[in-house]
Amino acid sequence: MAVSKRVVLRFSRRLVERPIIYRLVKDYDLEFNILKAQITPEREGLLILELKGNQKEYDKGIEFLLKTGVEIQALSQDVTRNETKCTSCGACITVCPTGAFSLEEGTRLVLFDNEKCIACGACIPACPPRAMEVHF
Amino acid sequence: MKTISEINERIRKGQAVVVTAEEIIDIVKEKGVSKAAREVDVVTTGTFGPMCSSGAYFNLGHSKPRIKIGGGRAYINDVPAYTGFAAVDVILGCTAIPDDDPRNRMHPGDFLYGGGHVIEELVAGQDVRLSVTAYGTDCYPRKKLETYINLRDINEAVLFNPRNAYQNYNVAVNLSSKTIYTYMGVLKPNLGNANYCSAGQLSPLLNDPLYKTIGIGTRIFLGGGVGYVAWQGTQHNPGVLRTEKGVPRRGAGTLAVIGDLKQMKSQWLRGISMQGYGASMIVGIGIPIPVLDEEILRYTTVTDADIFAPVVDYSETYPQRKPDVLGEVSYAQLKNGRIEVNGKQVPTSSLSSYPRAVEIARTLQGWIKKGDFTLTEAVAPLPGVESGITLKSLEERKIESLEGAG
Repeated sequence: MAVSKRVVLRFSRRLVERPIIYRLVKDYDLEFNILKAQITPEREGLLILELKGNQKEYDKGIEFLLKTGVEIQALSQDVTRNETKCTSCGACITVCPTGAFSLEEGTRLVLFDNEKCIACGACIPACPPRAMEVHF
Repeated sequence: MKTISEINERIRKGQAVVVTAEEIIDIVKEKGVSKAAREVDVVTTGTFGPMCSSGAYFNLGHSKPRIKIGGGRAYINDVPAYTGFAAVDVILGCTAIPDDDPRNRMHPGDFLYGGGHVIEELVAGQDVRLSVTAYGTDCYPRKKLETYINLRDINEAVLFNPRNAYQNYNVAVNLSSKTIYTYMGVLKPNLGNANYCSAGQLSPLLNDPLYKTIGIGTRIFLGGGVGYVAWQGTQHNPGVLRTEKGVPRRGAGTLAVIGDLKQMKSQWLRGISMQGYGASMIVGIGIPIPVLDEEILRYTTVTDADIFAPVVDYSETYPQRKPDVLGEVSYAQLKNGRIEVNGKQVPTSSLSSYPRAVEIARTLQGWIKKGDFTLTEAVAPLPGVESGITLKSLEERKIESLEGAG
């Protein structure tokens, strides 16, 4: 069975220089699409991937990642917006790496597209009234 | 052409023509200035953004036995209030945070709860916890007090904001290579985003750029209730660069506003957390502009394309108080979602809610149309360009060493 999933990977400084994604391709035959990659000096690396492949191989690949010490944030649709707290200011729009927030034409209401959300959590502390919530 | 009392007469009869600062743009395009000036009585404005210089003062009532909070220490839901007044008067500022808040010890701090949140909860009718320690006197013997208080039970609760409704503001960017956390929000490295904070064409002072009608004593929509302009706000700086039409190209005028907190609504006073910066409060303000003549009307037709804001680097320029500006952009460009800075396309975010600003302008429009809200003549004007007021910086002076003294 084929799967396609979006995952958020966090690498410690120690892991940043290892060719981990290469192993995912070579050993587990997974196809990857990098949605976001960021390595900051003195800090960890962040990688948001869309992984496609055979379910069995996918599971093995994830197991391999966990063994190497990569932190995997389960991708979840459990990110919600508290509508009574949201003021539709738009502070979230540019902090979201996947463009899950957009402005409705005319009204300028901020729309949240759950489908685009990769549960990275960047919007949560960036929202002044703290309207975004993660339920893991 | 018209006087405020004539307009008020029409308001009382339910005949006033009231439109929002957004609607007036098309009305004037369609009808022309003279016809529109004759027909329209009032233009309503609105803004809903973070305004740090906000707070409230309270008279808490006297406990039995009495306690002199003045000169002691008072906390409301663990947030410290200022006690340097009479026995039971305290002031709570919206940026105050609990003594045990970790602040930026783990940068960036969260600042999840502060004075603004307390004010929001009080206005929502919730009980909050008052904790007081005092030194005790013959007439005020008590030294400790722990109790719940509720807005309905205390004598006075007055929102009094020393600086709100900034007339235009900086667009904040980050030229450095690391993320910074500012009062203008999270700024991503290398011009990763640009944050702005103004309702633009709907903003009160941008619709009356030379303070022709908004003055001391002007009755306004404040936090969902009725308030007044108390004074010019702190840092009121009318003498900045302006466009030919008089619209400031920099942060300029400000307002100090006041109003009875008990009739306000928590929807329009919202405690917020600026990551890595602190706690604050979003304040909703709406100001009616009486269309007394064609000139005043013309100012209200300002559009986002006519208002320009400076782009400022918050990694180095702002903290080091350097004067450099990276350029100017219009609110029309900002609202398009992208501006160009140093040759780079930079996505934009707003900290001020435009949909809520529209809602405020419409609410005020409704109040006036129904005859519930009449206009006021300013008691005194705000200092204008001619006042010569300029913004002073703090120039430090060396303090003589005490060594060898005494």
